Amino acid sequence: MQGFLNWIDARFPLTKVWNEHLAEYYAPKNFNFWYYFGSLALVVLVIQIISGIFLTMHYKPDVSMAFASVEYIMRDVPGGWFIRYMHSTGASAFFIVVYLHMFRGLIYGSYKGPRELVWLIGMAIYLALMAEAFMGYLLPWGQMSFWGAQVIINLFNTVPVIGADLSTWIRGDFVIADATLNRLFALHVAALPLVLVMLVFVHIVALHVVGSNNPDGVEIKKLKDENGIPLDGIPFHPYYSVKDIVGVGVFLMVFFAILFFAPEMGGYFLEHANFEPANPLKTPEHIAPVWYFTPFYTVLRAVTVSPFAGTLAMFGAIVAILLLPWIDRNPIKSWRYRNKVHTINVLIFALVFIVLGYLGVKPVIPVLKELGIRMTEIYFMFFMVLWIHSKPGKAKYMMWFLILAGTVIAIDLFRYNPEAGDDAGQIVWQWIFPIGYLVLTLLLPMVKSFNAEKVVPKRVTS
Amino acid sequence: MENSEVDKGRRRFLIGATSVVGAAGAAAAATPFLISWNPSERAKAAGAPVEVNLSKVQEGQLVRVIWRKKPIWIVNRTEEMLANLPSNDNLLKDPESGVADQQPSYAQNPTRTREGKEKYLVLIGICTHLGCSPTFRPELAPADLGAEWKGGWYCPCHGSRFDLAGRVFKNVPAPTNLVVPVYSYKDENTVVIGLDENGEAV
Repeated sequence: MQGFLNWIDARFPLTKVWNEHLAEYYAPKNFNFWYYFGSLALVVLVIQIISGIFLTMHYKPDVSMAFASVEYIMRDVPGGWFIRYMHSTGASAFFIVVYLHMFRGLIYGSYKGPRELVWLIGMAIYLALMAEAFMGYLLPWGQMSFWGAQVIINLFNTVPVIGADLSTWIRGDFVIADATLNRLFALHVAALPLVLVMLVFVHIVALHVVGSNNPDGVEIKKLKDENGIPLDGIPFHPYYSVKDIVGVGVFLMVFFAILFFAPEMGGYFLEHANFEPANPLKTPEHIAPVWYFTPFYTVLRAVTVSPFAGTLAMFGAIVAILLLPWIDRNPIKSWRYRNKVHTINVLIFALVFIVLGYLGVKPVIPVLKELGIRMTEIYFMFFMVLWIHSKPGKAKYMMWFLILAGTVIAIDLFRYNPEAGDDAGQIVWQWIFPIGYLVLTLLLPMVKSFNAEKVVPKRVTS
Repeated sequence: MENSEVDKGRRRFLIGATSVVGAAGAAAAATPFLISWNPSERAKAAGAPVEVNLSKVQEGQLVRVIWRKKPIWIVNRTEEMLANLPSNDNLLKDPESGVADQQPSYAQNPTRTREGKEKYLVLIGICTHLGCSPTFRPELAPADLGAEWKGGWYCPCHGSRFDLAGRVFKNVPAPTNLVVPVYSYKDENTVVIGLDENGEAV
């Protein structure tokens, strides 16, 4: 056995790779619950690739056959329903896991130096994942597939000057048609999976160079023993490989419980309207994207100045997350040691993200429409406030409060139209949300105990 | 060679020249792939005018036909519907149909129709926001649309609203009125979509 390994090692760095990335990759010893989701994302990626390959063997990317071929997979292909539900549940599971993984990065400051590239590559994975999910959703050629794609491709239509030509080029026809289905199929099953796998590889390579962050935000590489091993590090394998397998076990229990008992998840994982074949003449009564896009979809709906502004705001909402490493300049990584208002700010942001997501699946009635605008305001102000919180000792809280509150009120005055009935009535009371947010994050730190930062320990705790 | 000194300038020039030629080659090679995404000749060919017999459209009814794979709406508006139109003007973004691209010049009037045929509204049934097909809501003041509602279209995608002349309301995502296609009357009861006195639509 050793002889065979030596033979391999002389030709391929097998032992070296094994040691560098597993047996001698030292990860901080204080990983907690939040550190399951990276490896889970990898598990879901494998599920998606395997189930996807098998779906491709039965699916037909042709507008006259696509819908029927999905029905055929569900009804006639032996085990077909299982493979398809695995793929559709896996899509939602992917986003659940990735959102939790990103939230972990947010609370423990994992995006900060020296891990900026890990964060950027991760965001690239997130974008590729959204593109992959969108394209996959068109393939069943149901009503939601069609109209969802119609909306998303028309986002490019809002680009000034070249918009119309650009969206026609993407569709390959003047409306969503066979050409569109065919090319999105090609991208979904070949191009984007390759990109995703490569990005995941690069994400891990970059991570293993700088080392993992941890709940204390302490750089474990600063303190090493005489052998050059971090004092607070333990080898990934077997310690974390075993821990992650427990996580995978629990995850698979939940995953298969959903797959067997609620694969449609009440219309959130598979939308009811998608059980009708695409009809270009009739938009379904109530159309909403799949849940994982809805926060950004609400941002799109909230900005009504012009369609291009809406599109920009939607992409801006993603770009803002991408820029986190440069927006948050506070040297303390983990929220454990930052001031209390930072924790409040991050929790409100998470809540606002969830509310935005909820609003995206609801119809636009005046009260929810206004709420969407208010949550969008808080969403973007979060990044401003995060920037202000970077230097809590020197921050001019009152000045920033007046600037941001003034901006909110100026926008309200611009939007207010007394003839618009209900809409106007909603503006009059819902200002409480953004202003309340600013009071909590910019006025509260003027109370000393809310602004005080704690000392970051030299070693990780517990 | 005796003289093994490297001519760095020459080397830099060769690297630069090779890069430029290589980049040009890559751009040339990318061209067929990029243009392969444009609409095919077959897709471009499907676009002939469509004739619709109006005698089959009842008062207050909306009829959908397809022209160039897009939904076209033809509404036979009642007297009441027409009488209610001006009352919306204050709530609209563009009550005068001022944006010229949204209709042919003969439909740039309060009813957004050809003269003498004010009852029959012809529209492309695609929201000017992101291309959904809005829902026809002709009823007066339904619970979900509010007391000011005088009938029109509501877009389920992003909540845009249009009145019964396809004019967009203020404070909704859609920027402009619904598009009136090029159309003409072949005889008293036959409307031709995609064709007018200036010829076929482009």
